[in-house]
Amino acid sequence: MTPRVRVQEAPFDLGAESAALTAGREDVGAVASFVGLCRADDGLAALALEHYPGMTERAIAGIVAEACARWPLSGCTVVHRVGRIRPGEPIVLVLTASAHRAAALESCAFLIDWLKTGAPFWKREEFADGRGERWVEAKAEDDAAAARWARAGAGDVAA
Amino acid sequence: MQVLYFAWVRQKVGVSGEEVSPPPEVADVAGLVRWLSARSPGHAAAFANAGSIRAAVNQDFAAPDHRLSPGDEVAFFPPVTGG
Repeated sequence: MTPRVRVQEAPFDLGAESAALTAGREDVGAVASFVGLCRADDGLAALALEHYPGMTERAIAGIVAEACARWPLSGCTVVHRVGRIRPGEPIVLVLTASAHRAAALESCAFLIDWLKTGAPFWKREEFADGRGERWVEAKAEDDAAAARWARAGAGDVAA
Repeated sequence: MQVLYFAWVRQKVGVSGEEVSPPPEVADVAGLVRWLSARSPGHAAAFANAGSIRAAVNQDFAAPDHRLSPGDEVAFFPPVTGG
């Protein structure tokens, strides 16, 4: 199984990505998807997403490898956008394919929880009404969500 | 040694990266933070609260006691907020 991992400015198409993940396959019984969208909280005009080229791909590959070690996946796609993203637009896509639903659903949740805490992306909020901009702060509940996947003997996927 | 800065750490330091040659007594990430803090007011502001900064060495997350080598790529940034 070769995971598809991309970091890009362009939007992505959930349907096209899902179709590509299962094209020509007859062993996939379940595809789970997560799409993260940009919300217009507090009059947000746009998010500006920055990342660490090189480390980003390396970190995501490590998280995907951990998912593959834990669940029997037949396919996996991670697309994370960077640059300027407006409210309503997609930010991140996680797709997991497996023979059965539990592996697809659980691995999809694992991947997005770990992406939020273990991949080097940073969001800056831009406001239209003269309030300028501010960097989004990391949330303790995101750390807790990632920590619930910890297990004895598992290697750190994001230190 | 190549040092990279991201997000508000980059904004406070004023550059996205720089080539530095710290003295031999700078042995680990925490030591590099102390040494970099003395380079300019921007560096000092960026590293004023070391607890709010994360580091990576050669593109892997690294703890403050991570040992450094002259050819390392070291990055400093806030806790990540992707996804």
